Formats: sequence, C-alpha cells, structure tokens
Amino acid sequence: MPTEPLATFESSLTEIGIELVRTTAEGFESALSPRLDAPAVGTPLPFAGVSLPDAVETDPTVADLEAARTGVTAAGYGVADYGSVVIRGGPAGEEPVSLYADEHVAVVAASDVLPDMEATFDRLAEDVREGTGRAVIATGPSATADMGALVKGAHGPMEVTVVLLEDR
Amino acid sequence: MAVDDRRRKAERIRHLLETEGDSVRENTRVFNEGRYESTADLDDYEELKDEARAIKEDAIERLPELLDRVTEAVEANGGSVYLADDAADANRYITEVVDGRNVVKSKSMTSEEMDVNDALEESGADVRETDLAEFVLQVADEAPSHIVAPAIHKSREEIADLFNEVFDPEEPLETAEELTRFAREYLGEEILDAEVGMTGANFVAADTGTLALVTSEGNARKCVQATDTHVAVAGVEKVIPSVEDLRPFVELIGRSGTGQDLTSYVSLLTPPGDSPTFGGSGESGSPGDRDLEPGDDREFHLVLIDNGRMAMREDDDLRETLYCIRCSACANSCANFQHVGGHAFGGETYSGGIATGWEAGVHGQESAAEFNDLCTGCSRCVNQCPVKIDIPWINTVVRDRINRGTDGEFDFLVEGLTPDAEPGGLDPQKRLFGNFDTLARLGSAFAPVSNRIARSGPVRSLMERTLGVDRRRELPAFERETLVEWFEARGPRVSPDEARRTAALYPDAYTNYVRTERGKAAVRVLEALGVRVEVPAAGESGRAPLSQGMVSTARSNAEAVYEALAPSLAAGRDVVVIEPSDVAMFRGEYERLLPEDEHAALREDSYEVMEYVHGLLANGADADALAAGDGERIAYHSHCQQRTLGLEPHTVSVLEERGFDVATSDVECCGMAGSFGYKSEYYDLSVDVGESLVDQFTTDDTADRAVVASGTSCLEQLDALLSRRPAHPVRLLDAR
Ligand code: SF4
Repeated sequence: MPTEPLATFESSLTEIGIELVRTTAEGFESALSPRLDAPAVGTPLPFAGVSLPDAVETDPTVADLEAARTGVTAAGYGVADYGSVVIRGGPAGEEPVSLYADEHVAVVAASDVLPDMEATFDRLAEDVREGTGRAVIATGPSATADMGALVKGAHGPMEVTVVLLEDR
Repeated sequence: MAVDDRRRKAERIRHLLETEGDSVRENTRVFNEGRYESTADLDDYEELKDEARAIKEDAIERLPELLDRVTEAVEANGGSVYLADDAADANRYITEVVDGRNVVKSKSMTSEEMDVNDALEESGADVRETDLAEFVLQVADEAPSHIVAPAIHKSREEIADLFNEVFDPEEPLETAEELTRFAREYLGEEILDAEVGMTGANFVAADTGTLALVTSEGNARKCVQATDTHVAVAGVEKVIPSVEDLRPFVELIGRSGTGQDLTSYVSLLTPPGDSPTFGGSGESGSPGDRDLEPGDDREFHLVLIDNGRMAMREDDDLRETLYCIRCSACANSCANFQHVGGHAFGGETYSGGIATGWEAGVHGQESAAEFNDLCTGCSRCVNQCPVKIDIPWINTVVRDRINRGTDGEFDFLVEGLTPDAEPGGLDPQKRLFGNFDTLARLGSAFAPVSNRIARSGPVRSLMERTLGVDRRRELPAFERETLVEWFEARGPRVSPDEARRTAALYPDAYTNYVRTERGKAAVRVLEALGVRVEVPAAGESGRAPLSQGMVSTARSNAEAVYEALAPSLAAGRDVVVIEPSDVAMFRGEYERLLPEDEHAALREDSYEVMEYVHGLLANGADADALAAGDGERIAYHSHCQQRTLGLEPHTVSVLEERGFDVATSDVECCGMAGSFGYKSEYYDLSVDVGESLVDQFTTDDTADRAVVASGTSCLEQLDALLSRRPAHPVRLLDAR
C-alpha cells in the first residue's frame, strides 16, 4: 500500500474534525478501549486477528441501541480525498450500530483506503452487483443547520472516530 | 396586470422582505460562501459538471428504456416498481401499500409535489416528517420555502417559540443544540413506532435498482432501517444508467447546494437488502424490548411518478429542467431569492431559480406565472448549476408562453409604441419595456420636451396606474443628439493606414439615446489606442423584449442587429460593446435567436469595451495615451452578466494598470436589472437588493471612493441610491 492515500486520508479526517487512531491487529484492543464509553454495542470485525472486547454487546436489542454511547463497526473502505468511511450494511447490523450510538467508531484496514471517489464508485458498483444491499458513504458525524446554527449529531452520531489497522 | 394585482403583489413582497428576508439572506450567504470555497477546491470542477450533464442528457434521451431496466432490476431483487401517471395515481397506490399504518418520512420534494401526506392522512394513516426542517414546518403548518433547506425562512428564535408553545417542555428550549436534541428524541420515538418508512431518492441507478439518498441528519437511514416496509417516491427523471454514474453527482450536489464537500451520508440502497429491521411494533410492551430482526423480507416499493415529466421531455425548451438535481445553487445565488425567499419565489411546490421550469412542467404555467417575473435574467445562476442548465432561458420561454395566454386592458396606451411581433393582449407594461428602443427613439426626437412631460406629476401617476411604472423611480432622460448622430457629424479620427485595428462600436439603445457620454468616451479611448472606430446605426439587441418574455420580438431585433453589423463583420472588423448585457446576448442568447453561422460570427468577434482595451494593451498599445489614475480611489461594481462571462477582471486590471486604486463589490446583482426596478410591484424589492450593494460602497474603506459601474441598470440603481454620481469605467480612461 503506498503511503500517500493514507496521509491524505489522515489530513482529510483532520479537516472534518475526526480523530484517526493508527494501530495494528495486536495493538487494537488497547487502542480501542480508551474510546469505548459504556454501554457499547458493535458488530463482529472481519479482520484476521482482530476482535471486539467482551464489554461490547454484539447482539443488541433495540433498547441496547438506543442506550449505546459507543458503536463499533468495520468499515468496508475509506475514501482518502474526503475522509469518508463506507459502511456496508449486512445481517450483523452494521447499519443500526453505526447510526444509533452517540459515537461511532469505524475500523478500517489500511489496504482498504481508496484514493478518491472514482475508485470508490468502481468498488461500490462491484459490491452492489455482488449483493451488498446497503452501503453508506459516511463523512463526519450527522449534522443539521435547520435549527438556526450548525449542530453535530442530528439523528445519528455526534462523534466519529476512525481506527486504522496499519497491518491489514 | 391590473393595478390592484400590482399593489397586492407589492404588498406581499414587502411583507416577506420584513418577515422572512433576513433569515433567508443570512442562510443563503453561508451556503454561497461554502459553495464558492468548496467548488474552488475541485481541480476538475468544469469536467465534473460536463460529465454530470452528459449523463443526464443521455439518461433523459433513453428514459423509456431505463425505466424498463430499473423495473426489471428492482423486481429481480424482490421489490416492486409502480409507474404513476400523476399525483392522484401515485397517492392511490401508496395509500394502498400503507394501509393505515404509521409512516415516518424523510424529506422528499417529489412527495410534496404529490401532497402525499394529505392523501395518507385522509386514509387514516399517521405521517411524521423526520427531517428537522420539515418537522418544523409540519408543526408550524407551513409550506417549504427552499428545496434543500425548507425552513430557511425561520430563525432559531421563531423555532424555539414554536416548540415551546406547541410542546410545552419542562425547560423552555432555546439554543440550536437544545432544539435539535429535543427534535431528535421526539422523532426517535416516532420512528420506533412506525411501520412504514417513506423516502425520496436523489438518484436511481437503472442497472441495479440502487437508490442514492443524499442526507446529513441520518433520518432517512433511520426511517428505512427501523421499519419493514420502505416506499421510495421519485420523479421518473431521477433514473440514471448505472451505479458508476452516481460519482460526479455525489461530488457536486453538496458543494453546489450547502457548500459541503460531501453531505454526511450518501446512502446507496439496493432494497430489500439484508440489513436488520426493528420488525413488529412492540407487542411485548415497550417497543425498546424488541430484538433486531432479519431484514431480508422487508417490503420495498419504488414509485416513479411522471406527472408531466414525459411531456417535458418532448418539449425542446423545458427538457433541460429534467437534468436538474435539485441542489438549490440557482436559488441561493439569486439576488432576488436572497431577499424574499421561496415563499415569493416559488409555486405550489418548487422554489428558486429552476422552479419556473418545474412548476410549468408539473403544475402548469399558471403556477409558474405568479413568480416567474422575479427572475431578472441576470444569469448569475448559470455557472453555479452543476448540470449547466440555462435557467434564465427557461424562465424567458415560460414568460413568453404566459404572455401568450393573457389578455390586457390598456393596450391602446402603448399601441403605436409597440411595433412588436407579440400577440394582442400582452401586458402593456411588458409591451412598454419590451419596446424600449422605440420609446427611446421617440424620447430622443422630442427631447427635452419629452423628458419634461415624462417627469410631470400627472403623467407619472398615469404611468403608474396604467403601466405600473413606479413613480418613485427617476426616468431616464433622453439626449437630443444620439451617439450615432454625433459620430456621423464628427467622423473617425484615426486614418485607415495608421489604424492598429478597426472596430464597430455597437450603440446600444441606452448609450445611443440616454448615456451618450459613455459612448463618446469609448470612441475617444479606442482612438487613443490607435483603433479606427465606426458607429453603425444598429438597434436594440433584443435584451429588452427578451426580459419581458417577448421572444419573437427579441428575435427580430437580433436579426436587425446582425444585419446592421454584418458589413463590419464581413470586413473583418471587431465589434465593441459597451453594455455587458448585450455582450451576453451576442455570446449567449443569440444562439437561440439567430442561425448558427451568424451567431458564431458575432460570438467570435465581439468584445466588451474594457475587455477590448485590455486586449489592446496586452498587444502593445500605449497605455500612456489613456488618462492616468494617479492613485485615485474608486469603488467598482461589475455587472452580473459580465461576471458570469468572466469579464470583470479585465476592467479591474486595466484600471489598476492606469494607477487607480480599485475596491470591488461582491454582491450578486444591483437589483435594478433592466426594467425590473421600474415596475411598481417590484420597486421595493429592487431597492432592497440595491441596499446590499450600497452597504458595500458606504463602508469606511469605500464611502469616499468615486463609484464606477459597467452596466446601465447598475448605474441607474447606484445613481438613485447613492449621493455620488456613478460613471462607466471607460470614462475614467478618457484623457480629454
Ligand atoms: S437547476 Fe441546476 S442549480 Fe438549480 S437546483 Fe437544479 S441542478 Fe441545482
């Protein structure tokens, strides 16, 4: 993986006010735990050697989702130019988990950071054709300016953190 | 228009200026700044726009085929597609699907167009808008005033008052944060209780049946995610060929509208999909106890509505409207919109620049007639539109069609002044302004008597009552000797052998009859730079009738102008134009009015006067032959069409080169806009828009500067609103 998209990814994230946590599979748990505000919900992560701590509820009820302070999901890929992460919805509940908690932690593999929208849409099209029913290009927290000033956290999370697995 | 109608319209505009203007202006200002910044960051902005436009052109061309395609794709995924002829048809279908259940909705202009909420509520269903702005409007029982930010006309204080009154919370709500939290919680519960989620679709990819939803709040995601029936409604024009085609739109839509590089969420949904739902409605007591349920047997209905769109597709002038991606850039960049907002600038559903096209297409011309004249044709929206729609042209065409459908009562008054090719019954006010050339010719022939008569009280009041010419507005004073006559008597002063170039100076009606001094200055400046000048007697460009929607009169004017200039063009001479709106005609609208080769000749060889001077200096002409600025401080207002054409920098650069210290305005428009500021129904708005320009020219830095403006209308407006008399920039260069 050339380092350039990663550097761009990081600076794009900084620009939209999102923290990027760089770690490895081994360091994942200790990098994640200070960012887990209980109660936390999550979906199983698809990266070899990486799993969520027990404190994270991975089979949440609706009430769990509503109460969650942190929601951890994998992101299918990142978009360097914009600092976006692509959440692929699936049966494990990535969509609701990434949407209901106050803070969304998106875990993305360095090898899945794509340079720009062109690459992203090629990949999205491939995904759709292979049966991914839902994909969300998420950029920053949810937001609204409808109430007279910009407010972060409208219907969705008010904060987003991206955890980058540098060795994946 | 009858005098009472004019008065009512003026009152309504005044009311909106007072009640909604400030909020709209502040919010659109933020959007505009964001757009300029965000689009400047895009290296390939122009290419992206071309790409977006090409995709839409192709999609609308192949629409019937794409509709078949998307139907197949959605059905293959297990969803259903319903092609509805009109609103009633769509509502009937949706009402059946909903079957009295609770509906949560995310924002959709198409559903506003159909009034689906009313239809559903009549059938016993509960409908809740979950977009925060739409929620505010639903609570306030008001109509949207903007296609992207529907409650843009409401201030935070007004929303707080509304919520405190309706919901009576324990602690009164005050800050934007508190209001948002309150709405989030309130709507969150409604979403949990709902069984049907209704959304629009910004785009639909035909090959896979994928919907793209562009949102920031996350409510559309929640509406779809939490419920197990999803109804998406969209106009048929939203279909594009493939998922890959979404890319330019995704990069353009947020930037063009609210100035965000990307909105928080771009959701691609290929329903039904397997993302879990909240399933049943909490039979076990509290809805929160529910488990997530598998989403694979979610029900999905895509309702694509025609409602006049297929007919628009067949209409050569309205077709472009279908390329619109509803980003709102045209509304935000519109000076009049900025001051009155969408409640004045819109019809039954749509508001802002392109609203005329939409309303004429989906609700009929009557719905567009009410606000169509608020477009002054300034063209500031044209470069802002991500799909390059010629919005002013659509407004002109619809105006023309409206003209052809009305009957007037004071026709006799302007009869004889109106050698136009328009239908009987055309509004006499339009007829008057549309034939400015004739008026100016007569005014000049009888000057100064005509000026005195025109200014007399009884005549002004008659003109106001019958023609709607506002008596507060000073009328132009016609010169006895026209520019053409002056030049004929004087003759050219540069001999053919020593001439660096030869140019025909186009005598627009204003320069020829009213502001001859700027024409004379232009002649002397060009001659000082070694240009042999001629001033052929060519009439009005057609701008005046065009702005009244009198397309066929404009066409005959264009033909006459071409005929008058053709010998100069044939002899390889340049055409130099003083009035920016006429340069814009020659380069732009003439494409629609003249045969292609004639338009091409004028487009290639005509120059705005300061652009021409700039070119002469760049090619070695001696700048010292022009008057020197010696550090004189001036405040310069360019002209909207001049800025659209990218011509402002030439003037600034020439003036700076000659040693003037130039400060420039950055408002979109002076507000006068040709005849607009004379019309009694629009006078107040014209002045209100003008005040923004005045504000810029009365700051500490600008208050003592001499005022300079390129456009005729801008000069008139500044003259009326400032105590300093403004001049055309070419006069500063005139060394005599
Ligand atoms: S006409 Fe163009 S600028 Fe206006 S809303 Fe449509 S796409 Fe946007």
